[in-house]
Amino acid sequence: MRLETIANPSAARRLGLPALALAATLAVAMALALVGGANPFAVLGQIATGALGSKLAVLETLNRATPLIFTGLAVAVAFRAKLWNIGAEAQLYAGAILAVVLGTGALASPLVLPLSALAAMLAGAALLLGPVLLKTRLGVDEVVTTLLLNFIMLLLVSYLLEGPMKDPMGMGWPKSTPLIPEARLPRIVEGLRLHWGFALAIIAAVVVWVIQTRTTLGFEIRAVGQNPEAARFAGMPVNAVLVKTALLSGGLAALAGWSEVAGLKGHLSLDLSPGFGYTGIIVAMLALLHPLGVVVTAIFVAGIFVGSDAMSRAAGVPTYIADMLMAVALLFMVLAILLTRVRVVRG
Amino acid sequence: MSQNAGAEVVLRLDRITKSFGALRANDAVSLTLRRGEVVALLGENGAGKTTLMNILFGHYVADEGVVEVFGAPLPPGNPRAALAAGVGMVHQHFTLAGNLTVLDNIRLGTESLWSRWHAGAREKVQRLSRDFGLAVHPDAKVGRLSVGERQRVEILKALYRDARVLILDEPTAVLTPQESEALFATLRKATALGLSIIFISHKLHEVMAIADRCVVLRHGRVVGEVDTHATDKAALAALMVGGELSLPRAEARAPGPVLMQLDAVSTPDRGAAPGLKAVRLSLRAGQITGLAGVSGNGQAALAEIVAGLALPGSGAISLRGSPVARWSPGEALARGVARIPEDRHHQGSIADFDLTENAVLEGYKTRFSRRGWMNWRAARGFAEGIIRDYDVRCPGPETRIRLLSGGNMQKLILGRAMAPGPEIILANQPVRGLDVGAIAYVQGQLIAARDRGAAVLLISEDLDEIMGLSDVIHVMSQGRLSPGFARGTMTAAELGLWMAGQKFGDSDAA
Repeated sequence: MRLETIANPSAARRLGLPALALAATLAVAMALALVGGANPFAVLGQIATGALGSKLAVLETLNRATPLIFTGLAVAVAFRAKLWNIGAEAQLYAGAILAVVLGTGALASPLVLPLSALAAMLAGAALLLGPVLLKTRLGVDEVVTTLLLNFIMLLLVSYLLEGPMKDPMGMGWPKSTPLIPEARLPRIVEGLRLHWGFALAIIAAVVVWVIQTRTTLGFEIRAVGQNPEAARFAGMPVNAVLVKTALLSGGLAALAGWSEVAGLKGHLSLDLSPGFGYTGIIVAMLALLHPLGVVVTAIFVAGIFVGSDAMSRAAGVPTYIADMLMAVALLFMVLAILLTRVRVVRG
Repeated sequence: MSQNAGAEVVLRLDRITKSFGALRANDAVSLTLRRGEVVALLGENGAGKTTLMNILFGHYVADEGVVEVFGAPLPPGNPRAALAAGVGMVHQHFTLAGNLTVLDNIRLGTESLWSRWHAGAREKVQRLSRDFGLAVHPDAKVGRLSVGERQRVEILKALYRDARVLILDEPTAVLTPQESEALFATLRKATALGLSIIFISHKLHEVMAIADRCVVLRHGRVVGEVDTHATDKAALAALMVGGELSLPRAEARAPGPVLMQLDAVSTPDRGAAPGLKAVRLSLRAGQITGLAGVSGNGQAALAEIVAGLALPGSGAISLRGSPVARWSPGEALARGVARIPEDRHHQGSIADFDLTENAVLEGYKTRFSRRGWMNWRAARGFAEGIIRDYDVRCPGPETRIRLLSGGNMQKLILGRAMAPGPEIILANQPVRGLDVGAIAYVQGQLIAARDRGAAVLLISEDLDEIMGLSDVIHVMSQGRLSPGFARGTMTAAELGLWMAGQKFGDSDAA
């Protein structure tokens, strides 16, 4: 057996294989349900109704999708330049910290929301600046540095919640002082539990898409990602492009944390993110790094998680099935992407 | 005649032909290897050496022709068949596992690693190691070995599999002179023990030192087969790069002012590749300056300096008489230097970008955008213009460039480089690997640019090309640059002496 590259994969191959990957994921889901002792079709049905079956379910799914769109965009932007930002989780918490710092009374003007959003983006960008400078200056692998920063950031948040940011009215729970009302993101429609963070996430996706397709920076990012040697030869400032990519990526990931605090939770706690930063990688890969695709896959992934919660209550299959499904979906999608470009031949 | 003339034929390649699209990589190549003989396969990059060896090893299937080992034809397209028949290959890039021991690496792929009882294997490796002078400890971790030792492991690996024919692909490219000497001693022992060797190289002095016979490939064809005892380096160099003139010639022109000058530019050596040694070079308007030389003698370092990819370690670059303060690819482009890179696939283009995107790679910032916004309409129009004017055969500007043939890819790169009307043009191996039609076209464009008043630096390993196009010829050898020779003042044989480095001694002012 050996691998042969396909020079020009057909449309059927480019679209059919990802579809096949999703179908295979569903098949694995049903097998897992069977192992869990439940009717596979019932489990899939319950996941679907749990995610989309009612107005409440749909809103919950969209709320859950909001941080995933931001982290998914952060990853998609960085991976496009082959900058492996595994630290969206840390950047998310950086954004969340800034939302609390500026939103708990320090700033009482009507501009507190845009200002704290801006500050959050700067914090996230700054957090990724270190790893990217280490990469461009010293050749340090950014996978390692960004990944490790996640744990450092969690410890920092833990310290802040036990110390400087601890809510005096929190009955000893490690959570921050709640945000003042002016620092909270309002709901899109009064009475419906969906905040403006979701709309901002959609806008962010469109902005990223426009940057990638219409601007010189987008052209540079794609060129550097595809072939840094040719980009350098053509006169592109490769390192500067990587730094700009990092700033954009870190800023986007920070908005995830900022919108979770300002839009949903109203305070910072250690369970703010059940791994949105990592799930963002799956979201971005499933979307083949397309910014508008990220919106779709983020909603899909959010739906699986929300639906699995509901299904678990009804069918007794553990919610971990959602995590397993994400892992399986990612593996199948990576395989599908590989197989669009490579063919296995005998002999 | 070689002393092995009567010995048994161990390997015969008969009229091997292989085409990739319009390019004939191998054209009726025949080669015979006898017992106890070292045959050097000589040829510049792109001459077809690698293709030929890939066919012998079953990685490619030849369009025509047969491979025979010990008289039996080898089934085509089967890599195991060559190994089983006793042909072993030592690649330029080693295929060893650094975290395993020497012994395990040698056994890897031959027998199961689960069995720990390999006393027999150890004995065999030690015996081979002694017989062939390949000193290396069987239990040493390969990751800790030097490059020379790793090569010994590769050779031991082939010998362990009972290879009777060894193919060495540029074996000395990574070795120090002392390690090369040790390798040659091993090869002499091997031939004394009845092994036969194909030695692929373009280093003439090594070929002269080790080979009994030389087969010279050029443009996929065998252009010469000579006894090393009956030839010399200059003759081989001329054979390799071609002494006969067959390609378009440019008429002489009165030169203009110096547009670019390198003043005593030196760069550090990079491994086996020599850096520049106090190179002085003037590129004049309306003149094609040809740079001849066997590859790997510093041409790449010089091209990098001119292209803006590297800064001189010492010495100065000046443009139109004034020294440059900052120097980068972008700066070079801004100062009117067009570049046609040696590696059009990895340096000159982005494979998965379409023709429009590749066409504007160099000018996207100055000519195809405003305040950071790309003007894709103008970009597309520009690409369409190149496709039309330079006759790029393609379905359209939205085609990904990886689907184009080498010639069409080169035409797009040429069109991109020529569009801003450059005053200085660096053309590094501009026609390597192209078919005849594309060669004539690209060369015609370079002449036209010169006639418009551009200063052209043409780097090529093909002496025909250099002699046909250049108004002034320099030769590079070991990082040193010869004086400039005006058109028609030197024969190919004389240039061959410079290429072999023999003439530098008496005029070595550097």
